[in-house]
Amino acid sequence: MITAEQKPLSEIIEYISPYDRILLVGCNECVTVCAAGGRKEVGLLASALTLHFLKQGRTIDIKEITLERQCDPEYVEELVSEIDRADAILSMACGCGVQTIAERYKEKPVFPAVNTKFMGASESQGIWVERCRGCGDCLLGITGGICPVARCSKQLLNGPCGGTSNGKCEIDPDVECAWCLIWERLKALGMEKRYEEIMEAKDFRPAGGGGPRKIIREDLSL
Amino acid sequence: MKTQSKLEKVLASGALAVTSEVGPPRGAIPEKVKEKAGLIKDHVDAINVTDNQTAMVRMSSWAAGVIIKQMGLDPILQMVTRDRNRLAMQSDIIGAYSMGINTMMCLSGDHVKFGDHPMANGVFDLDSIQLVQTVKKMRKEGKFQGGADIKSPPKMFIGAAANPFADPFELRVMRLAKKVKAGADFIQTQCIFNLDKFEKYMEMVCDRGLDQQVHLLAGITPMKSAGMARYMKNKVPGMDVPDEVIKRMEAVPKEEQPEEGIKIAIESIERLKQVKGVHGFHIMAIEWEEKVPQIVEKAGLFPRPVL
Repeated sequence: MITAEQKPLSEIIEYISPYDRILLVGCNECVTVCAAGGRKEVGLLASALTLHFLKQGRTIDIKEITLERQCDPEYVEELVSEIDRADAILSMACGCGVQTIAERYKEKPVFPAVNTKFMGASESQGIWVERCRGCGDCLLGITGGICPVARCSKQLLNGPCGGTSNGKCEIDPDVECAWCLIWERLKALGMEKRYEEIMEAKDFRPAGGGGPRKIIREDLSL
Repeated sequence: MKTQSKLEKVLASGALAVTSEVGPPRGAIPEKVKEKAGLIKDHVDAINVTDNQTAMVRMSSWAAGVIIKQMGLDPILQMVTRDRNRLAMQSDIIGAYSMGINTMMCLSGDHVKFGDHPMANGVFDLDSIQLVQTVKKMRKEGKFQGGADIKSPPKMFIGAAANPFADPFELRVMRLAKKVKAGADFIQTQCIFNLDKFEKYMEMVCDRGLDQQVHLLAGITPMKSAGMARYMKNKVPGMDVPDEVIKRMEAVPKEEQPEEGIKIAIESIERLKQVKGVHGFHIMAIEWEEKVPQIVEKAGLFPRPVL
């Protein structure tokens, strides 16, 4: 999923303080799962903002809505009935959601209330870890199911650097060395020989080096 | 000969090669490069010029290398993939070669986290093995990494690094094999303090016949104090300093510790000379270049061959 974390309240306040009527929009997908911008967080943020402005002697009108999916124009359309009553939109979705709203409602300013972080997986309750960089050319089939692009601090494709210590990365003893993990996995699978095959220089075009990426599925498009 | 490199000639002659390094200054101080190179010039075959080592900004390695070249010496251009993409690296290789630099080291580089610009984005468009491949392709096929022909291709003698002590140990020889397969002509190792482990590593290297395919220069670093030994053991990633080395440093009074460190370095060289597959030494005297001549002389590696 796409993970996110709420921005500092002070930054959010700075964005919205020129406005009196705010449409606060959550998303029911990834940001709900990582507890950054779902219905619950929308409610909490609305209360925090209301309280902040009340302390300053100001009453602002915050309308709360959580869409099924903010990165989908079909659901973003649901804001039509609310948009005229808002001076600004505050989005708690990832950057994709914020931009879908901005594109649909061009006349209203839209502000992000979260920082979009990374594509990650849940490691344990309350902990999410980066697992994919979306490089567009998945290597997991030859690296034992562990991604060196996302998980090696230097994105090395041909093995661990000289800084590995006790299976940990040189940048932080809490970070596992991706190549140690890959090696252990290849061994367990009896695929050690694969390690000695040189992985050629990566083509970064599918990774975004060729400009903004797009998927066109003619079988699905109207 | 594949190149005009003096290091290649020394190694081909069968003599034990000696290299050392100069870290360029953190400012426009060409005199400093000359001063450091001047300290070691008669005692080494070639001089590594580090590339923003420890991820701190310094005078570029090719510029400092040109200064050293103009002194009539032989620089080894170090290049890390951390700071440049493949276009920038290839243009610097052509540039350096055009200025007479014919030997280089391909490295990934310390992570930016350790330097003075931890907020910078590490590039890593290529890794060190892919850089070796790139330089080899430029030399052998006369082509850029992207496939286009090079007019008058640079012919670099290609070096790479090896750390026999990092984890996992069993992978270290395989990783060396990969670098050799990619096209490395010579290897400089991480500082060796654990000689037993290094000898075991070299046995594995020779078992695979890699000693016949690549020239390996053993990395030697003299320690200035017991404190430095402890620091290297505990703080420097991938460094293996056995307790007995630390104890030996601690056993002598502080003012005699530098001398003890140099003694250890010389003894290490003497022992490693006997190890099959060791074709020379890379002496990294960190901010202690003035001691290199003494080490080289006392280790019986002086005078250097004239070719």
